[in-house]
Amino acid sequence: MSRQVFAYIIHKDGVVDDTAFEMIAAAGKLDPDALVTAVVAGTGAELSAVCDEVASSFVEVWKIDNEALAYIDAEVLRGLLVRILPKDSIVLVPHDHFGMDLAPGLSIKLETAYLPDAVDFEGIEDGKLKVVREEYSGQVSTHVLCDISNGAVITTRPGAFKADESKSANGKIVDKTPEAMEGDFPGGARRFLEVVEAEVGDVDITKSDILVSVGRGIDDEDNMEIIFDLAQAIGGDVSCSRPIVDAKWLEKSRQVGTSGQTVKPKVYLALGISGSFQHLGGIKGAPFVVAINKNAKAPIFQFADVGIVDDILDFVPELADRINDLKSS
Amino acid sequence: MEILVCVKRVPDTSENEIEVNRDGTDIERDDLVYSVNEWDNYAVEEAIQIRDKVGGSVTVVSVGDEEAEEVVRREMAMGADKGILLSDDTFEGSDGKGVASIIKAEVEKRNYDLIMTGAQADEGAGQVGGMLAAMLDWPYASLVSLIEIVDDKKIKVGREIAGGNQEIYEIDLPCVLSIQTGINEPRYVGIRGIRKVASMEIPVHGTSELGIDPESVGESGAQVKRLDYFVPELGEGAEILEGSTDEIIDKLIELLKAKGGIK
Ligand SMILES: Cc1cc2nc3c(=O)[nH]c(=O)nc-3n(C[C@H](O)[C@H](O)[C@H](O)COP(=O)(O)OP(=O)(O)OC[C@H]3O[C@@H](n4cnc5c(N)ncnc54)[C@H](O)[C@@H]3O)c2cc1C
Ligand SMILES: Nc1ncnc2c1ncn2[C@@H]1O[C@H](COP(=O)(O)O)[C@@H](O)[C@H]1O
Repeated sequence: MSRQVFAYIIHKDGVVDDTAFEMIAAAGKLDPDALVTAVVAGTGAELSAVCDEVASSFVEVWKIDNEALAYIDAEVLRGLLVRILPKDSIVLVPHDHFGMDLAPGLSIKLETAYLPDAVDFEGIEDGKLKVVREEYSGQVSTHVLCDISNGAVITTRPGAFKADESKSANGKIVDKTPEAMEGDFPGGARRFLEVVEAEVGDVDITKSDILVSVGRGIDDEDNMEIIFDLAQAIGGDVSCSRPIVDAKWLEKSRQVGTSGQTVKPKVYLALGISGSFQHLGGIKGAPFVVAINKNAKAPIFQFADVGIVDDILDFVPELADRINDLKSS
Repeated sequence: MEILVCVKRVPDTSENEIEVNRDGTDIERDDLVYSVNEWDNYAVEEAIQIRDKVGGSVTVVSVGDEEAEEVVRREMAMGADKGILLSDDTFEGSDGKGVASIIKAEVEKRNYDLIMTGAQADEGAGQVGGMLAAMLDWPYASLVSLIEIVDDKKIKVGREIAGGNQEIYEIDLPCVLSIQTGINEPRYVGIRGIRKVASMEIPVHGTSELGIDPESVGESGAQVKRLDYFVPELGEGAEILEGSTDEIIDKLIELLKAKGGIK
């Protein structure tokens, strides 16, 4: 019998997240013979539209339709999924802020193994799946064996698997709502109140053509000046990685990444930024990326077009001076 | 409020470049500087602030070898009231579920209102908190970047989502929260602070104190096992500019001009 793999589909405002199609590719790598079923939760017309779109790529789509799922709370969803997912199945969930809320507990409730943040699969042997992961924010990779003989919940890193968007599946949509709603409505101990939107800052980095982005390598708030000087010299705006916001050296609206802003500049300078996937996830539109980092093995050099291995505290002021000289001459 | 904070001792990535050792069995451990997992420091700070506001106590707990005691002590120097080390030879090689079940056994020995973990640790997993909550059947919220105490039965939390936005929930106690960096500004701990707690006793609990089956944890209980460390086949990567600083700057300015990177 073919292995059953389920992919939990993230969607927002009627738009299916890219990770949906990435999980088809991930499931194919996991087991080429797998039957992949999409699981979609939500309500009303929006859910129907999402199911139709997903059905063009998945052979089967399970939907859970309930008014209370207009905004999906992972605690509620977990309770519903446990009722419909067959024992021993493999469940794929994107490793994002939603998946991190849902998935670890789901593996406990389904009594299966849990494998977080997979970036690649390298086959199954004796009921054990060989998975590629990263540790220390991508500084090293590992092979991990995950015992999937009783199924598994696996989160896949967004962007790590190349999306399969062949629209040839014409899948059938199965309504799993009655089964999911059997019993008390789950999740009562945590109640969703509202979404608070991010504060708007003084610059909108999502509109900038040139970003001078600074990371933890800057080391001290007093050094921030050299970044602003360079930005002024080249006519760009200053953005940053998360630790700079955590330290309160810049406002949150300047943070690039999955929990910050998504930017689409023409040129991106990454200064003292290691290149974690959460940071890179906020850089879209294939800009020309220059990385300056004193560690020649920093992951950012795999992402950048041009790299300079140097200390930003020395290099950046010199660069700014030279550009200013050029301009005044 | 009785608060338990889970802390892990990890190689400090701001002090070390992490490299694979020669045969790929481990990372290069010589001269590694260890510290408490960055995220856990925020969790302990938050716990201390809550205790100072509403009363109660903060206990820090770590699963690890005897060296993990140093991070427990450091967090006590920050202001935690108690420390517990969960340590046993049979714990070695535990996967996330193993660690969560060891902590669960400790949790069941006392009445806690709130358990906090970091959002993730050195392996980038982000799993222990969510598993622990599910094992205890307590509500859970991950990536928490705001906590407000409502009363002794419930709290309000903000979870970080995309775009810098926050989801706000009301959540009943007892619960488990995973804490995101930036929620507060962890206080500095000096040598003096460490000295102050140097003589405080940190009990060590193993399988017998915790009443867990040694087979269910450690290497033997693990469903997930690391095979090796490696450096992936690198793709093209960046073109690294070489030469004197002057030459590099010339080249870079030329490139930036061509790409519209200088206005
Ligand atoms: C759920 C979640 C969401 C997240 N969202 C985001 C997000 O939106 N955006 C984000 O950025 N991060 C995010 N993170 C954090 C992310 O995982 C990394 O911790 C973070 O991106 C690291 O920032 P960094 O590269 O500046 O720091 P580090 O990883 O510490 O890297 C600093 C770099 O600077 C280099 N360096 C040090 N000194 C110098 C010097 N003098 N000269 C040159 N180079 C130097 C070092 O070699 C190193 O490569 C998120 C994490 C989680 C768990
Ligand atoms: N060995 C450990 N001892 C105590 N707490 C841990 C341990 N491992 C993980 N944790 C907790 O779980 C959080 C997330 O870690 P992880 O799930 O390993 O990414 C950490 O920030 C800690 O709070």
